[in-house]
Amino acid sequence: MADRPLYDLTAHEAADLLARREVSSRQLTEAVLERIRQVEGRIEAFVSLTEDVALRQSDEADRRIAAGDATPLTGVPAAIKDVICTKGVRTTCGSRMLENFVPPYNAHVAERLLEAGLVMVGKANMDEYAMGSSTENSAFHPTHNPWDLERVPGGSSGGSAAAVAASEALYALGSDTGGSIRQPASLCGVVGMKPTYGRVSRFGLVAFASSLDQIGPLTRDVTDCALVLNAIAGHDRRDATSAPLETPDYRQALVPDLKGVRVGVPREYFVEGMDDGVRACIEDAVRRMEALGAEADWDVSLPSTGSALACYYIIAPSEASANLARYDGVKYGYSNMQGESMFENMERTRQYGFGDEVKRRIMLGTYALSAGYYDAYYLKAQKVRTLIRREFDEAFQRCDVLVSAVSPTPAFRIGEKTDNPLQMYLSDVCTIPVNIAGLPAISVPAGFVDGLPVGLHIMGKPFDEPAILRAAYAYEQATDWHKARPPL
Amino acid sequence: MAITREEVRHVATLFRLGLSEEDIARFQEQLSQIIDYFQVLQQVDTEGVEPTSHTLALENVMRDDEARPSFPPEDILANAPLPANGFFRVRAVLE
Repeated sequence: MADRPLYDLTAHEAADLLARREVSSRQLTEAVLERIRQVEGRIEAFVSLTEDVALRQSDEADRRIAAGDATPLTGVPAAIKDVICTKGVRTTCGSRMLENFVPPYNAHVAERLLEAGLVMVGKANMDEYAMGSSTENSAFHPTHNPWDLERVPGGSSGGSAAAVAASEALYALGSDTGGSIRQPASLCGVVGMKPTYGRVSRFGLVAFASSLDQIGPLTRDVTDCALVLNAIAGHDRRDATSAPLETPDYRQALVPDLKGVRVGVPREYFVEGMDDGVRACIEDAVRRMEALGAEADWDVSLPSTGSALACYYIIAPSEASANLARYDGVKYGYSNMQGESMFENMERTRQYGFGDEVKRRIMLGTYALSAGYYDAYYLKAQKVRTLIRREFDEAFQRCDVLVSAVSPTPAFRIGEKTDNPLQMYLSDVCTIPVNIAGLPAISVPAGFVDGLPVGLHIMGKPFDEPAILRAAYAYEQATDWHKARPPL
Repeated sequence: MAITREEVRHVATLFRLGLSEEDIARFQEQLSQIIDYFQVLQQVDTEGVEPTSHTLALENVMRDDEARPSFPPEDILANAPLPANGFFRVRAVLE
C-alpha cells in the first residue's frame, strides 16, 4: 500500500493503516483535502466543501483510535449526498429552493456515521431533488465524469459517484429512487448499492418519492459496501416504513466463490438500443460467475419489465407532487413575497425555486392524481406494480440473484439528452423495476467500453443483501476492474 | 397532443406552480409525449389485480403516546423567511 497515495485507498485499507497507527486520520484527511484541491475544479463533485468540519472530525477520530474505541469507518473521509440532512451544514438538495437551508437535525444515517467516526469532506452534488440521471439538473453546476470530463457521471447521485471515482472521498452516501445510486456507480466505475426498501431509515432524507426512496453506499469495492451498510442499516422508529428486523454483519456475506448460487439472466433486460460492448461485458460477467461455481439460467423472463418505466413515471411524480407541496415559501427555503396574495407568493416562490425537471415531474404527478385521471394512471400504475413484484417473486423461487446491465449504455455526453426528457428517462430502464418492487440491488464494475466503465447489476430478494454482496464480491475478487483509477 | 394548453394551466393552478407562457408551451409538448408513452400500461391486463402502494408488509405502525422533547422554536425559526415574535409571518389567507 505504501506505493499508493493515501487518497486512492479503499476504506478498509485505510482503516487497517489507521488501526496499525501507520497513518493518522488527520494525515489521511489532509491527503484527501489536497486531492480535492487538485481535481475538484475539473470534476465539480461537491455543492459544499466542509474542510473545517473534516479536520475537526479527523482529530476526534484520532483520539478515538488512540483510546481503542474505533469502528471500521472511524476517521475515513467520506462525502454525503446533499439530499441527506446534516445538522448545521447547509443541505441544498441541488435546488435553489434550499440553497440556504441549514438543517436543525441530522438524518438517521448521518447520526449513524457520526457514531461510527465520520470525517465528512463535503456535501455531494446531485440532480435537483434527486430527479435526474445525469446530475445536469443541479441548480448549481453539472458534475463531470472522472473517466471523461466531457461526459456525465450519471445521476442523481452523480456527485457522490464522481467523488469516490476521483479519489475525493473514500466512500459516499447516495440515495436511489429509480437507479440514482446504481446508475452513477456504473457510469463512474465504482460499487453502488440500493438496499431493500425499509432496510435503511429515510429519516432526514429530503423526500422525493416516499415508497421508492432508499439511502445506500457508493464505495471503491464490495468490502467497503458491506462496511458502510453495516453502519447505516437497521430499524429506526422515526421512519414508519423502516423494517423492524435484525441486521446481520454484512461482512459475513463476503465469500469468494459462487458454489451452488443460482444466477438468473432476465432476457427483457437486454433492451433495444443496448450498446454491444455493454452486452458483451454482461455476458462475460455471467460466464465468469459460472466459472466461480454459479449455475446460470440464461432464459429467465420478467414479462412486465417493458411496463416498468411508465409505471415509475406515474408513481414517482405522483408521490413527488405530494412531497414537494411543502415548499410554500413560509417555513423554510426560498421565498418570494412580492406577490399580491398568498397564492401568488406561493406560485412565484415555486416558479423561481424549482428547476425545469422538478416542475415537469410536479406537473406529471399532479396530472396523474387529478380528478378524472386517477384511475387511468395512478391506480393502473399501482396494479402494474403488483405484477412486477409478483414476477420477481416467482423468478426468485428459481434464482438466488438476477443479473443484468445497470445502464444500457456507458456514460453519455453532457448536454446530449437534456432537451429530450423521455430519452433521459429511458437510461434508467434496467434499474427502475427494482425500486418498484422494493428489492436490493448492487452495481459492481464489470469492464470498460471505449475507456468508459460498465456496471454489472445484481438484484436480490427482499432483505437478502447478503446474497447480492456475495455474488458481487466473488465476481470482484476474480476480476481487476475495481482496481482501475481514472487518469486525472 | 395528449394534453391541451388549458389543461397545463389547470394542473399548474392545482399545485400553485407559477409557469411562464414559454413554460406552458414547452410543457404541453413534453408532457404530451410522456403521457402518450404511458399508454403502454393500458395494454397490461390488470383484471383482478390489487394495487400496491408500498412494498413492505407493514400496516398501522404505532408508537407509544409519550411526551418527548421537540425542537426549540428558535432552531425551527432559524430557517424561516419571515419570522416574527416566535411565529412564521404569512400573507393574509382570507381577504
